[in-house]
Amino acid sequence: MAAASRLGADNEVQGVTRSAFAASRTALGALLLRDLVVLRKNIWEFVLRTVVQPFLLCFVFLFVFPKIGQAVGSTHSTGGPSAFATVLVAGVVGISIMFQGVQSVALQMSQEFGFTREIEDRVQAPCPIWLVAMAKVLSGSVQGILSALIVLPIASVVHASGVEAQISLHWWVVLTIVPLSCVAMSALGLVLGTSFEPRNIGLMFGFVVLPITFLGGTYYQWTRLAPVTIGRWHWLQTIVLVNPLIYVNEGMRAAFTDVPHMHLYIIYPVLVGFCTVFLTVGLRNFRRRVLS
Amino acid sequence: MIDEAPLASATTSSTDPVIRTIGLTKVYAGADFRAVDELNLSVDRGEIFGLLGPNGAGKTTTAGMLTTRVIPTAGSAFVAGVDIVAHPTLAKQAVGVVSQTNTLDRQLTVWENLYFHGRLFGMGAAASRRRSDELLEQFQLSKWAGASVYALSGGMAQRLMVARSIFHRPAVLFMDEPTAGLDPQSRLALWDILRELHAKGQTILLTTHYMEEADQLCQRVAIMDHGRILALDTPEGLKRSVGVDTIVTVKAAGDQAALAASLAAALVGVTRTRVTEHGVELHVRGGDRLLARCVAAAEEGGYDVEDLSLAEPTLETVFINLTGKELRD
Repeated sequence: MAAASRLGADNEVQGVTRSAFAASRTALGALLLRDLVVLRKNIWEFVLRTVVQPFLLCFVFLFVFPKIGQAVGSTHSTGGPSAFATVLVAGVVGISIMFQGVQSVALQMSQEFGFTREIEDRVQAPCPIWLVAMAKVLSGSVQGILSALIVLPIASVVHASGVEAQISLHWWVVLTIVPLSCVAMSALGLVLGTSFEPRNIGLMFGFVVLPITFLGGTYYQWTRLAPVTIGRWHWLQTIVLVNPLIYVNEGMRAAFTDVPHMHLYIIYPVLVGFCTVFLTVGLRNFRRRVLS
Repeated sequence: MIDEAPLASATTSSTDPVIRTIGLTKVYAGADFRAVDELNLSVDRGEIFGLLGPNGAGKTTTAGMLTTRVIPTAGSAFVAGVDIVAHPTLAKQAVGVVSQTNTLDRQLTVWENLYFHGRLFGMGAAASRRRSDELLEQFQLSKWAGASVYALSGGMAQRLMVARSIFHRPAVLFMDEPTAGLDPQSRLALWDILRELHAKGQTILLTTHYMEEADQLCQRVAIMDHGRILALDTPEGLKRSVGVDTIVTVKAAGDQAALAASLAAALVGVTRTRVTEHGVELHVRGGDRLLARCVAAAEEGGYDVEDLSLAEPTLETVFINLTGKELRD
C-alpha cells in the first residue's frame, strides 16, 4: 500500500500557481528544447536533406558545366566560371536557408495540423497560442543557421579545378543578415504551413516554392536583370522585388562575397518588413486554425 | 500580449466549484443555431461529471470552451477560479486534456512524451524525469518507455495520453469521448484507470455518447441535446425520474403498432410504447406478474410471442423519454 499512498499524495492538485508570464517563459524553453532534441535525434536526416540540393547545384553548375564546356551567363562579360561560382555560392546558402524554413516549419506544421493532430495538444501548453507558433519559427531559424554553416563549405569545395568561388567574409553582415534571413524564411514557412492543407502540399511546392526559388536570384545577381526589358521598363527586375528570396540572396552576396549586390540599406529594412508581414499573417492563420 | 492577471484572483477555496459556467453560449461562424445554448453548469472538486448526449449535442463544444480552444460567443466560465475568456493562458495551467484523436508527439518516445509535457508545464528536469518514470509504472507502460509512439496499440496510446494529461496535476481533467474507437477490453481498462484517478481525488469531466459509460463512471450526468442540458442528476436519480420500473421488450410477428396498442391497453402502468428493431418496447410502472400478463395479453390479441425480455431503465430510457429519440440516432 506504500506505493499507492505515495501516488495518492502525488496526485494532489496543483491548479494555477504561476503567473502567465513565468509559465509562458518556461513553456517556450520547453518547446525549443523539444525541437532541439528531435533535431539531435534526426541529425543525419537533417544534414542529408540540407546538403543534397546545394551539392547538386554546385555539382551541375560548377563541375559538370565547366567540364562539358556548357557556358553559363556568358553573353555578357561576367568574368567566367569563377565569377559565376562566386555568385552561385552565396545563392546556394540563401536557397538552403529558404528550404529550411519550408521544411522545418511549413511541412512540420501542415503535418501536425493534418494527420497527427499533435498541434491540439501543443496548444494546451500554459502559454499564449502565438508563442507556440513563434517557438516553431525560432527553432526553424536555428535550423536555418545550422544549414548555412553546413552548406557554405560544401559550396566552396564542390567545383571543377580552376572554377573557384571567391569567398570573402564580412563578419558584421554575416552575423546580422544570416539570422535575419533565417527568421524571415521560417516566418514564410509559418505562413505556408498554416495556409496549405496537407493534401495541397504539392500545390505549395509548384506554385509558391518553385517560383520563389527560380526567380529568387539564386543563380544570378539582381543587378544583372536590368537588360530584361519591355520598352524601357525593366519588368523582370521590378517584378522579382516582391520575392523575399531576392533580398536574402543579395544579403548573402553582401555577407560572403565581394561581388556587386543590392544596397544593404535596402536589404535590411525590406527583410525586417517581410519578417513583420509573414509573422503577422502566419500567427493570425495559426490562431484561426487552432481556435474556433 | 501575455495576459498578466493577478494570481490572487485565481486562488480558490476548496468548497468552490472547479468548473462554473454562466449562460455559456457558442454560435459557430456561419451557423444559424447555437451549438451550446446558455449553459449553466457547476462541477465540484473531486467529482466525475458526465456530459451525455448524441453527436452534435454540444458536448465537445462545451469541453472545447472550457479548455480554451473554442471561444465562447456569450456568457462566462471559470475553471479553478480562473476566467477562461479573460485569462486563457492562466486557465491552461489548471487543465488536463485527453482529446478524441491521438495527439501524441510522433517524433518522441513514450517516455519523452511524458518528460517534455512536464517541462512544458514548468517542471524541472529532475522532477519531470521522476514523474515520467512513476506514471509509466502506474499506467503499465514502463516496458515501452523507449519505444516510438507508433509502436503502441490504440489502448496503450490512450493510456499514455491519460498519463500525460494528469502529469501536471490539473485541477480538472477533460476527456472528450475517451473510449470512442477503443476495443471493449481497452475500454474496461480505461474505466478502471478513471475510477482509480477519481479515488485519488481527481476531478474529471467527460463527454460521451455511451450511456453505459456515463452510468458506470459518473457521479452526476448532464443529458445534453441541441446545446442544452435537458436533465442533470446522479445516474440513479435520472433513471428514477423517468417513473418507470421495467422496460419490457416483446418480439412477435405481425402489426407492431397494433401489438403495442393492445399491450398498452391490456397492461396496467404502461407509460410509453415504442416500436424498435428488437420488437415492441413498453415502459412500465409497477410490475406485478408482468411477464405472465404480457404473454397472456399478446396471445389474447392473436400474436405468437417469439421473445420477451425485462430490463431496468437505463440512461437511454431517460434520453428517449426526454427527446423521443435514441442516443445513437
